[in-house]
Amino acid sequence: MLSPAILIPAILNGVLTGAVYALIALGLTLIYGVLHIINFAHGALLTAALFAAYFAFKVLGLDPYIAVVAIAPLFFAFGYALQRFVIGPASHGDERNVLLVTLGIAIVIENLALYAFHADTRTIDVPAGFDVIDVGVALLGVSRVVGFFAVLVLTLVLWAFMRLTDTGKAIRAVAKEQLGAQLAGIDVVHIYGVTFGLGTACLAIAACLLIPTFYVNPYVGQGFVLVAFTIVVLGGMGSITGALVGGILIGVIESLGGLLFGESLGQLGIFVVFILVLLVRPTGLFGVRA
Amino acid sequence: MKSTIAACAVLASIPLFGASNVTLNFLVVALVVALVGQGWNILGGYGGQYSFGHAAFFGSGAYVTAVLQVKYGLNAWFAIAVGIAAGALVGAIIGFLAFRSGLRGSYFALVTLAFAEVLRIVASVTPITGAGVGTLIKLDMRPEAFQFQSRAVFYWIILFLVFVSLLIAGRLEQTRFGAWLVAIRENEDSARALGVDVFAIKLRAMILSSAMTAAAGCFYAQYFLFVDSSIAFGSWISVEALLAPIVGGSGTVFGPLAGALIVRLLGEAAKLVAGDAPGIDLAIYGAVLVGVIAFAPRGIVGLMAALSARLRANIVSAADGSGKHG
Repeated sequence: MLSPAILIPAILNGVLTGAVYALIALGLTLIYGVLHIINFAHGALLTAALFAAYFAFKVLGLDPYIAVVAIAPLFFAFGYALQRFVIGPASHGDERNVLLVTLGIAIVIENLALYAFHADTRTIDVPAGFDVIDVGVALLGVSRVVGFFAVLVLTLVLWAFMRLTDTGKAIRAVAKEQLGAQLAGIDVVHIYGVTFGLGTACLAIAACLLIPTFYVNPYVGQGFVLVAFTIVVLGGMGSITGALVGGILIGVIESLGGLLFGESLGQLGIFVVFILVLLVRPTGLFGVRA
Repeated sequence: MKSTIAACAVLASIPLFGASNVTLNFLVVALVVALVGQGWNILGGYGGQYSFGHAAFFGSGAYVTAVLQVKYGLNAWFAIAVGIAAGALVGAIIGFLAFRSGLRGSYFALVTLAFAEVLRIVASVTPITGAGVGTLIKLDMRPEAFQFQSRAVFYWIILFLVFVSLLIAGRLEQTRFGAWLVAIRENEDSARALGVDVFAIKLRAMILSSAMTAAAGCFYAQYFLFVDSSIAFGSWISVEALLAPIVGGSGTVFGPLAGALIVRLLGEAAKLVAGDAPGIDLAIYGAVLVGVIAFAPRGIVGLMAALSARLRANIVSAADGSGKHG
């Protein structure tokens, strides 16, 4: 029943999907690693970014791969402002409050989208959307392959940014020892904003990579929330490598699960992995115990 | 105790003044949310364990109530009793797994959310729950079948359940169990160091909390005579479960009831202003959640206590002031 002719394309497609999952999880893990908060608004922000990419194409006629140049900085600014002026002040530095504030923001974004754009599912048709590459063992969508390599490059860029630039070093300093960083003259509130902005910008890029072959509706982000959390928990909270490996792993699990058990039960595989990892090894594959 | 009886007596008299069916329907749903919220409050408000997946218990109660009647022809009252027990069992299993693994804070929130999602997906595909179509309870307007001609009867039943939940929460504040629970919320490690059996206390709170929430689910199924996966296990109920107590004042007896009434009124007001457009009421809920945490972290109950304390202080200082002049 499961000949390699079916299995190999399923695995390859899982890897490609998983790479975009990894980018979404990268934003989440970055925010967690520095602010030590779980951002429940992550899915809703992805929805917002998908809508932005959708309207950039429909209204302005911009190809998502071009629009990303504008959307990513826009979402960086949005994320920065959200952390600095809403989440930070509203949560009074309590972890439980952060959970609730980000949940509240998610509800607001999703339902404003529902109110403004209705529940319709929308797609765009870009020229490259249907092109495929024949790699011998499988046919792969061009935009998905582009997405895969874009994510690899971005992960490298992000990694280099964290290692080599002053801002990156400041982010890592705050992540390690917030008080010490503050004493050394780092503006922690600013760094928090920058980190949240970077995480949100990752979402914006992921949205531009997704939209050619994906759809958008007000609830689309919800589906990604638990997937992204699963990846982050699996890879280890705060680990960039973990997010990449975890993302690809989850992409493959989802793809094979869908193949073996059908679409809706295939999703179950992800949640089962999630619950098992949380129960058995909450620090994940690459994480260290806090 | 006295204030609980007084508040419920006032609420119980509402149908006697000829409230319309629309008003009663509004109150019934608000009281369902109050009951779910009280369930959340026991675990989250007093115990500090924030669950994002109370839909798991609400849905288990609702589905068991419906399925036992429809597929097995059992009596409604019996089905409801089993539904509450089933909700408590689901709570015990999730609580056992999560607390045994030492999951706290955001991890606990995530794992409860994941369990609720698993149940939602399972319910949306398995035949016994009616899969995607849902389960319809047959119309049978007899008290034996827990169906009543008058909405007022449903209203009094849910009010009675809320009354019981208020008594339980009130009792909690006076018992050692409640004190241990609050100690865990304030500082789990210190509580453990002082000899509190943290695991057992959290598990007991989880079971009590999930049974209460399941009771609301059972009632909901019987009131609307319909259950499907997005109603029973959908995220809406998990959100309302925590919204009501937090807006009202988490870790207080009356917080969930006050919060449920306010939140539901806000939702209705939003619909009046913006028309029946989907989304606007929920968007306002989200904004209220953020606003309450930012400006009134102890909720409406806490706000009122602070206001009355200030008022009293003003009166005292005013009296002192006049005393000096005289």
